[in-house]
Amino acid sequence: MLKNTTEQFGSLAKLFHWLAAVAIISLFGWGVWMVDLGYYDEWYHEAPHYHKSVGILLAVLMVARLIWRFFDPIPKPVRTHQKFEKIAAKLTHWVIYLLVFAIMTSGYLISTADGSGIDVFEWFTIPALGQGFDQQEDIAGDIHEWLAYILIGLASVHALAALKHHFIDKDDTLKRIL
Amino acid sequence: MKHSLIALLVFATLSYGASAADYTIDTRGAHASINFKIQHLGYSWLTGRFNQFSGDFSYDDKNPSAAKINVEIDVTSIDSNHAERDKHLRSGDFLDVDKFATAKFTSTKITDQGDGKLEVVGDLTLHGVTQSITIDAKKIGEGKDPWGGYRAGFAGNTKLRLKDFGIPERLGPASTEVLIELHVEGVRKK
Repeated sequence: MLKNTTEQFGSLAKLFHWLAAVAIISLFGWGVWMVDLGYYDEWYHEAPHYHKSVGILLAVLMVARLIWRFFDPIPKPVRTHQKFEKIAAKLTHWVIYLLVFAIMTSGYLISTADGSGIDVFEWFTIPALGQGFDQQEDIAGDIHEWLAYILIGLASVHALAALKHHFIDKDDTLKRIL
Repeated sequence: MKHSLIALLVFATLSYGASAADYTIDTRGAHASINFKIQHLGYSWLTGRFNQFSGDFSYDDKNPSAAKINVEIDVTSIDSNHAERDKHLRSGDFLDVDKFATAKFTSTKITDQGDGKLEVVGDLTLHGVTQSITIDAKKIGEGKDPWGGYRAGFAGNTKLRLKDFGIPERLGPASTEVLIELHVEGVRKK
């Protein structure tokens, strides 16, 4: 089923969720690795290029995902969940969305601070808006890094909570998205 | 009117007493620049500059050896026309501007070499390290400007070894030295 039901996520929502999860975790690991590459490493130029390309495509995916979510309401909370669990889950989901968009925005601001656009796999170029504030690449860089660590922390909590529901509470929380 | 009269008197007295004139480097009008270049892999030159700095000097054409110069550079203003590279240059890998945001140059000995040439020896503090460096300078010209001021200008060159200032050599064997090119125009202080 393409669309969500009241009990189960639809295939499109699942696809969006898991594509985003793989992309975000890969971008994080890739990012941590690439910032320490030496000048003479053969990946010195290629690694950031792929990081930025995948990041831009993730941005497109996330916008599509939000639009789809608007047309396709998510399932009702699992009945056995406690009230605080429902609130915590909802809050976590929205903070994750917010962090993802903040990280993508700050990433964009690093690369475009000198007015140059972002090439996506030599396929198309996202134009730059130019410099908005002083030391833009440094400030945006710090924000990008810190928010990425926070996002991965929060996503880990999100994943651990899902596993706890599956293995300890033995409810349908995780199955609904698989 | 009264103020300007007093100012005129003070100015007249001061200029009568002073042997060398004091100048402020015209950074506001951007008639001064601190440019650098370093080899890229040994195949070409990468150029850049520091956008923010300030300073002053004193200079008397009749006694150039008595000249003095002080310059303070905002290292965070490094600009090589590439945001990601500038970010990297400011990081702990190179200039570490979080710790060493300013660089300073103070002349210690200026030698007149005739023909408008000057050898400027001074202490440069960069990346938290102070080293004596020598700048080969040349006077370009001096005289009245069209707006009621008086200006004098110089050009200078020097070479810095990154290692001397504790900056890691990460750019390969061709890129261990950075060439600095200075253009300084001063407006005489009133």
